Amino acid sequence: MRAFTYERARDAGAAARAVAANPSAKFIAGGTNLLDLMKIEVEVPTHLVDVQDLGFDKIEATRDGGLRIGALVTNTNLAADARVRRDYGVLTRAIVAGASGQLRNKASTAGNLLQRTRCPYFYDTNMACNKRRPGSGCAAIGGYSRQLGVIGVSDACIATFPGDMAVAMRVLDAAVETVDGTGARRSIPMADFHRLWGDRPDQDTVLKQGELITAVTLPKPLGGKHFYEKVRDRASYAYALVSVAAVIQPDGTGRVAFGGVAPKPWRVEAADALLPRGAAAVTARAFQGATPTKDNAFKLPLATRALASVLAEAKA
Amino acid sequence: MKFETAAGTNPIDRMKVVGRAHTRTDGPLKTTGLAPYAYEHQRDLENVAYGYVVGAAVAKGRVTMIDTTAAKAAPGVLAVVTAADAGKLGKGKFNTVKLMGGPEVDHYHQALAVVVANTFEQARAAAGLVRIDYARGNGRFDLDAALKTAPLTGAEKDDKGEDRVGKFESAFASAPVKLDAEYTTPDHSHAMMEPFASIATWNGDALTVWTSNQMIDWGRTDLAITLNMPKEKITFLSPYVGGGFGGKLFLRSDAVMAALGARAAGRPVKVAMSRPFMANNATHRPATRQRIRIGATQDGTITAIAHESGSGDQPDGGPEAAVLQTNLLYAGANRLTSMRLAVLDLPEGNAMRAPGEAPGLMALEVAMDEMAEKLRMDPIAFRVKNDTQVDPKDPKRKFSQRQLVRCLTEGAQQFGWSRRNATPGQVRDGRWLVGMGVASAFRNHMNMPSGARVRLGRDGVVTVETDMTDIGTGSYTIIAQTAAEMMGVPLETVVVKLGDSSYPVSAGSGGQFGAANATAGVYAACVKLRDAVAQRLGYNSADAVFDGGKVTSGNRSATLRQAASAGELVAEDKVEFGDLDKTWQLSTFGAHFVEVGVNAYTGAIRLRRMLAVCAAGRIINPTTARSQVIGAMTMGVGSALMEELAVDKRFGFFVNHDLASYEVPVHADIPHQDVIFLDEADDKANPMKAKGVGELGLCGVGGAVANAVYNATGVRIRDYPLTLDKYLDRLPAVA
Repeated sequence: MRAFTYERARDAGAAARAVAANPSAKFIAGGTNLLDLMKIEVEVPTHLVDVQDLGFDKIEATRDGGLRIGALVTNTNLAADARVRRDYGVLTRAIVAGASGQLRNKASTAGNLLQRTRCPYFYDTNMACNKRRPGSGCAAIGGYSRQLGVIGVSDACIATFPGDMAVAMRVLDAAVETVDGTGARRSIPMADFHRLWGDRPDQDTVLKQGELITAVTLPKPLGGKHFYEKVRDRASYAYALVSVAAVIQPDGTGRVAFGGVAPKPWRVEAADALLPRGAAAVTARAFQGATPTKDNAFKLPLATRALASVLAEAKA
Repeated sequence: MKFETAAGTNPIDRMKVVGRAHTRTDGPLKTTGLAPYAYEHQRDLENVAYGYVVGAAVAKGRVTMIDTTAAKAAPGVLAVVTAADAGKLGKGKFNTVKLMGGPEVDHYHQALAVVVANTFEQARAAAGLVRIDYARGNGRFDLDAALKTAPLTGAEKDDKGEDRVGKFESAFASAPVKLDAEYTTPDHSHAMMEPFASIATWNGDALTVWTSNQMIDWGRTDLAITLNMPKEKITFLSPYVGGGFGGKLFLRSDAVMAALGARAAGRPVKVAMSRPFMANNATHRPATRQRIRIGATQDGTITAIAHESGSGDQPDGGPEAAVLQTNLLYAGANRLTSMRLAVLDLPEGNAMRAPGEAPGLMALEVAMDEMAEKLRMDPIAFRVKNDTQVDPKDPKRKFSQRQLVRCLTEGAQQFGWSRRNATPGQVRDGRWLVGMGVASAFRNHMNMPSGARVRLGRDGVVTVETDMTDIGTGSYTIIAQTAAEMMGVPLETVVVKLGDSSYPVSAGSGGQFGAANATAGVYAACVKLRDAVAQRLGYNSADAVFDGGKVTSGNRSATLRQAASAGELVAEDKVEFGDLDKTWQLSTFGAHFVEVGVNAYTGAIRLRRMLAVCAAGRIINPTTARSQVIGAMTMGVGSALMEELAVDKRFGFFVNHDLASYEVPVHADIPHQDVIFLDEADDKANPMKAKGVGELGLCGVGGAVANAVYNATGVRIRDYPLTLDKYLDRLPAVA
């Protein structure tokens, strides 16, 4: 870990301005991912702006019947919220499928969206990594890639977005609300929030330097049955090999997004439309153009089988 | 005391304290944080500085430039030590590769420098400023490629690596029922909770090291060799160890770096390995490639059995002895076992809990399951049919005790084995395919000399001093029980001091030899102390009875306190062994039963219940023994389902070098566990009549899991761990 300076921001505008003014500054909230990465010098910010005192810790009803989740609501509180459990079950299920109780107590909603990949080569500073050091190459390509991406990846990077919560938010068509140093606000659909790597895998999201997440909004409830099927090598405290977030209506229509397969929660709306035709039809469309490695090709049939499990349960 | 003939009746047989369940005497210290682990002894020291280790960024090659200027100029830095300024370092007897590299690099994350600073954060930050250039060499990282030309290599120097009885090839060729199958096990990391950690402090030319080590005398001796100094000048302390699993059998770089750092900085220095460093800087259990051939007659009698294994290690290393149990576990007139050893430039392979048997039984016990199926026999009946009460190579040599059959049959009864459907893939519980599996457990017992000193204080307190270690196993407790039984005092009247090189050399903790041998050493010292007490009282030692805090001889009686009133009594002795272990085969036996569910859709495997039945001599403390066995069973589940150090064959290192990516079981993976100990006392083993269980509990678990998965699904997986990518395409179609 390199030495850094630290300030605790009093208001969102000042926080955004402080980070915007310094290209190697970062926001910190729960720090459950950032601090680990700083210890091994994968992240080397020179300045941290702590946003924990900014409020943003409420879950409120919106005028159009949805919910507005403050950026600093902890994963634990979000998953436990009675409205979320009743109307957005997929989100609660996704959150409690991730990390551990201790981490969920500390991790924030915004931080969860911004967690970085778990590619082992990203974690080892002796290895080439375009995400960590742009232009250095990608040691994961041709290496141990069992956990890595099968679609939406590029010649520069085959990492995945590792989270669970965002996969559920993608199915729910959530949006990310931000403010920047000039006070400008915008709402970014979850579909557009995480980037495909292309030739800039160092940029995980569309956020600009100093753009601060203030909330995540959920549209009004979808009804239907909610599922989060997470497949992993052990029963808990592991990243998904493949996960499936789904909301299935009584008539067999619905929505589905996949985690653990791509640089972002992977949802193809055209594939949603095929849900009444079964899992194989959906995944054939959703994973069209997939480029798996030998190590992770199993993720494609696994995605189909995991979705088939969800659809069988939806019918039961 | 030389143990040369089978033990007769002795005070331990009273079993008033020994053999009884006691929670750990050190438990309150550990649960309240008062037991100081290696990194926590600063309470005894002032002015402790922090060392942070810089590891090699390449697996093989040479350091061409090492620039410590920026690190030395960084805030708080006191010293930076590299091979260039460490002085000439020796290499210990027990580590294959030197613990400090440079200029030659032998493996990834080999220690190349230690940076010492006032604070941990300063040392870590400065470590990132050490600039090292390398000339990368060509390393050998591919086990399968290297095994193609690997020579036969035995576990010991004079073994030729091949063992034959009868004529295996012709017997196998003519056997009516045959199996010929290959199995693989991956590299495993010890992944113990407490990382390697040491604090070193110099006083003139004398060195004191608080460390985390299973074998005090081995560690102290090798540290002396490494630093080219007399062993007598080193005090080596390891009173509490947060898990070792064999990773801490030997001196590791943390102690060497702490000693070098402390010498350079002129202050006490503490060093702990960071977690991402543990997999490649340390040793690991080597991967194996195993081939098993079994031939049998139609009635299930094994006529030919061969087990061949290949593994790799650094130059001058040793093979993973995965075939040795196959020499002893089942009958069969024609036999072959062999091992090949390839040279690899991956980190050093070495002992990990139940070395040899753990990966060996992961293969052999699946082969037995496969063979039983070919014979249309129940897998327990097949094992029972091929039980042997003698060493198959030397039928005059009997097992001192062997209750494998009883372990299997009693376990079957307890586990409800009769409810198992012999046809795989038939039992369904909702989305889950359910199956049961069984495996034999086998692990040899090893005799090790072990010493202790026992004091009877004027206050009547019995104090035991031995350099034995407690690695979370319960040594403090069972040693106290032994001394209490021998001296006829309550457990609370015994104080146990461990892990200090100023105490008599013990067996140490490893190879499941610790409990039996260390308590036997305490037994020997207590026999001497009893003599001293009797002599002080003028009693005839032979008929003195020690019980209830008193010594009684005929119609005379005195309390121990009275006996010591004129001054503390001290006795020291060690147990040494004759050749009983040559006359008899000393082994431990068990049976593992596992029920699993396999998700019919996703292939996810989840354990449902487990049972181990163990026959391992006298159980000194059922509570600590059970704790050892359920922990070992958990480790067995890890090796069956998830544990694998992933090798990057291009760069020559274990890629998944942290606990997020090297997965071990979490609580949710481990369901109901039961352990049964058969009532045994092995008088050929030692005066305690005890053997070990800490590794027996692991041996066979992986095979039982794999067999249960087969029974659940009908899919046979011969490559560990059983991750779903290996069999998803063989599960029934669902979509």
